[in-house]
Amino acid sequence: MPITVPAYGKEAAGRLASMADVTADDGALRRFLHGLPGVDAVGLEARAATLGTRSIKTTAKAYAIDLSISMIDLTTLEGADTQGKVRALCAKGSNPDPTDRTAPKVAAICVYPDMVATAKEALRNGGAPEIHVASVATAFPAGRAALPVKLADTRDAVAAGADEIDMVIDRGAFLSGRYMAVFEEIKAVKEACARPDGSAAHLKVIFETGELQTYDNVRRVSWLAMLAGADFIKTSTGKVAVNATPPVTLLMLEAVRDFHAATGVQVGVKPAGGIRTTKDALKYLVMVNETLGEPWLTADWFRFGASSLLNDLLMQRQKLSTGRYSGPDYVTVD
Amino acid sequence: MSDRLSVLKTYKLYVGGKFPRSESGRVYEVTDSKDRWLANAPLASRKDARDAVVAARKAFGGWSGATAYNRGQILYRVAEMLEGRRDQFVAEVADAEGCSKAKAAAQVDAAIDRWVWYAGWSDKVAQIAGGANPVAGPYFNMSAPEPTGVVAVLAPQESSFLGLVSVVAPAIVTGNTVVVVAAQDAPLPALSLAEVLATSDLPGGVVNLLSGRTAELGAPLAAHQDVNAIDLAGADAGLAKDLETAAADNLKRVLRPGAVDWSAAPGTERLLSFLETKTVWHPMGV
Repeated sequence: MPITVPAYGKEAAGRLASMADVTADDGALRRFLHGLPGVDAVGLEARAATLGTRSIKTTAKAYAIDLSISMIDLTTLEGADTQGKVRALCAKGSNPDPTDRTAPKVAAICVYPDMVATAKEALRNGGAPEIHVASVATAFPAGRAALPVKLADTRDAVAAGADEIDMVIDRGAFLSGRYMAVFEEIKAVKEACARPDGSAAHLKVIFETGELQTYDNVRRVSWLAMLAGADFIKTSTGKVAVNATPPVTLLMLEAVRDFHAATGVQVGVKPAGGIRTTKDALKYLVMVNETLGEPWLTADWFRFGASSLLNDLLMQRQKLSTGRYSGPDYVTVD
Repeated sequence: MSDRLSVLKTYKLYVGGKFPRSESGRVYEVTDSKDRWLANAPLASRKDARDAVVAARKAFGGWSGATAYNRGQILYRVAEMLEGRRDQFVAEVADAEGCSKAKAAAQVDAAIDRWVWYAGWSDKVAQIAGGANPVAGPYFNMSAPEPTGVVAVLAPQESSFLGLVSVVAPAIVTGNTVVVVAAQDAPLPALSLAEVLATSDLPGGVVNLLSGRTAELGAPLAAHQDVNAIDLAGADAGLAKDLETAAADNLKRVLRPGAVDWSAAPGTERLLSFLETKTVWHPMGV
């Protein structure tokens, strides 16, 4: 197996060049994606369900809860977002449980592009500059805009200081089979993530799996995005009826595993939307551990896109540390 | 052909308007006063108590926000349903407490009458517990009672049905939601009451019924941060002391146990125990 390199590292481009033959033209890309083995839907769902039955208690649970908190992209993506709300979210992310300073910080704050500067400033002033600011971009959540608009959206967010960009793919193009268009778009957005100093914002690619109809499509789009240079692949926007589900996430984890075996490039995974309870979060961690192993069990390579999950994790954390069941009165309302 | 197979009833918990088994999968044997087996009842665990509190909290907004008139109507409806199942309750109370059918019937009748009596209080309690206050200033000042929230109720051990009704009805009529731990050795009338509640118009989660060891369930409920009050009617002196200590940590309202004659007229003590007073100052004469 090739030596592991991170997807955002300098060497990754060289590794992807080794796969250049499959992305050379439309026909080759189509042949490659359609040549991927079909997904055994029943087997996948059974496997995901089995991995959800592990019992994780006491010290292991405490570890998993803290790990989950440190993996959260604390998110607010509402039309009604205000600067005040974003600042409040940043305060919560940098000090999730005011009654217990040992609670870890979240990984990132996820906002719309126009709130990036506000979030950046709030985190700097709040003494938590290590928390990343992730910005959705490219006409989130629908992705229905012309490419120049999407690129401008991305550059804007990067210029405002975003550390991570969450882009949405053009599901219309993907579903109608124009894979090359999706591929080129992801590459263009990746280039737009570059900063003048040579570094770049990390790129997360959102598939909106709830709109992709089949598991086969999820496997194809995962490979497509990773070939195009995605640093992270993400299930959903959280704006449609079906968001992250364990089988879909497992499938994406397997795609990351296979891509890593083929190229040595390490890509992260972010399930988003619909993960509300500690129990759910622990199931996802079990899947990551069983599919990809420990190297992915860090906030660098696995994230939860969530907002209400944090409160449930904090309540469980309080239960473990005090022995008393906690209640929603003891965590923030947001 | 009269040799039918016996159809035994599976008693279950009542949580959030549903009838789940205990999360733990445990049951315990319930016997009559002569130690003859009656049924297996679920032996609820602390996690069932946790789930019940979540259900009660979820139901609180709707139930406390319903009009007093509506709450009274629903509770009266429960009494109607109880009346229809009178014979079943008489049999269960007679088995549980080892008394004659006549004595059990008297208890059940008293319980139904008490339920009706409490139902009538729904739109009258504000007049007793609230009112206009004279103040030295140009203000209209008034106080109104509001429900405390989620109330944990340890039902009395010695009176499996009349006692149960006497602690549950006053808590819910004012808009609280409750998590009830049934009498440990005689939970069957309580579990059957759940079936009555489920088929009246009471929203799911307003009353949640658990059967099991009072001490095992009382401890997590008393310490629970999201339970606003606890009625210790079914706790013995030692347990009551421990639970009161645990409850003090999060400033729960605590109703201490005492010697109560459940057949006597109840008065308004229990009704007024789980209320908070909201006082409003309103400028006047402008």
